[in-house]
Amino acid sequence: MIELFNVFLMSMLIITALAMVSSRHLFVTVMLSGFFSLLIAAIFLLLDAADVALTEAAVGAGISTVLFLGALALMDVEETVRGEKWIRIFSLFVVAVTTLALVYAAFEQPAFGDPNAPIHQHVAPWYIQHVPIHMDIPNIVTGILGSYRGYDTLGEVFVVFTAGIGVLSILGDPVKNRRQRVVKKAGLRHYLIPRLVGRTLIPFIVLFGLYVQFHGEYSPGGGFQAGAIIAAAIILFAILEGEDQALKIIPMRGLYFLMASGALLYAGVGVATMLMGGRFLEYGVLADTMVAGQQWGILLIEAGVGMTVTGVLLTIFHAFAARSNL
Amino acid sequence: MVWLDLYHYWVFAILLMIGYFSVIAKRNLVKKLIGLSLFQSAVFLLYITMGKVDGGTAPIIGMTDKTDIFSNPLPQVLILTAIVVGISTTALGLSIVVRIKEAYGSIEEDVIHQKDQVE
Repeated sequence: MIELFNVFLMSMLIITALAMVSSRHLFVTVMLSGFFSLLIAAIFLLLDAADVALTEAAVGAGISTVLFLGALALMDVEETVRGEKWIRIFSLFVVAVTTLALVYAAFEQPAFGDPNAPIHQHVAPWYIQHVPIHMDIPNIVTGILGSYRGYDTLGEVFVVFTAGIGVLSILGDPVKNRRQRVVKKAGLRHYLIPRLVGRTLIPFIVLFGLYVQFHGEYSPGGGFQAGAIIAAAIILFAILEGEDQALKIIPMRGLYFLMASGALLYAGVGVATMLMGGRFLEYGVLADTMVAGQQWGILLIEAGVGMTVTGVLLTIFHAFAARSNL
Repeated sequence: MVWLDLYHYWVFAILLMIGYFSVIAKRNLVKKLIGLSLFQSAVFLLYITMGKVDGGTAPIIGMTDKTDIFSNPLPQVLILTAIVVGISTTALGLSIVVRIKEAYGSIEEDVIHQKDQVE
């Protein structure tokens, strides 16, 4: 039954993707991409990836759609030029041949859900077995993310941080850009219903974000998801009340501080473990016992991840928002 | 049934190629970016489907009574971080598109190219 539901959702996914690419109105494409993210999040949930589903729903359906809409506000929404015919036919040919090759290659792959597939024989069983022993937390995904693959996650946090810096240097300082622009009616203040609903929802979204952050070791969650959820709540506030109001609550300076200090906190934990006699990001030395040290380490680095992700996503949002009506 | 065993690879292949088509055939820069993110989502889907184990549950100990079989947590870790990195890099691409629009007054590749030729 679940299998059939999966097939249904995946067919919807393909139809949505086709509609996204073929639509010539970019607004339609962007709204459909939000729907696409929601569909794929549901599929991730059916495939036992609760953490990934949470991230995709918050990032893909929420923040990515807002960013694309913010960028579309600055450009034409109609796709006017259609490439030459032979380019389209040639691309279609290349794509069709590659699809057929990939479909053919799939016949040699392990079947869906096969417990004997090579992917399940490598390090994964070791992780599943050792997370309860080494760090005694229920969420294996958080355990691997924070501890076994801590270097990797540190790298990802710095990539996110770098992307934030990149957007700032391309689009310019939001504070300066805002000063130059003509002030107009801000936000959706004059629409009663969205404003009332939004105002009621925002505290609960923030609360949920904090829960996801600090309960991430016990249930699906962690810094990446929490950062995206909290950022989404504040973006909702900015849309409803206007960006000026949102910047009064968390000024750009605060966001810069947030994104830098999150990454520094993560790296700082690594340096601290080195100073305490361990190796870089070897959390065991942070407390008396190995398990307690691991738990402290994961809590701290997840907090760092959450701070950086929130800071970067909000900075990117404000950078785009300040660019309009320049 | 063989198709029930393999359809997720096919869905992956089709989604991947829809995204790829959008990148190579469309002349609109936003469409290209959307195609890239479709391409990315297809890869995410491949990883997550490969991690699924028949009869397994989400890899959280003690969430359900079944405690012996878990789906593979490793692809989930990789994709979880990749999604957030993906949105950050998409935003970077989008900011470049915004600057291109401001400089050339268009996001259509052909128009941009023509303007470059004239100058």
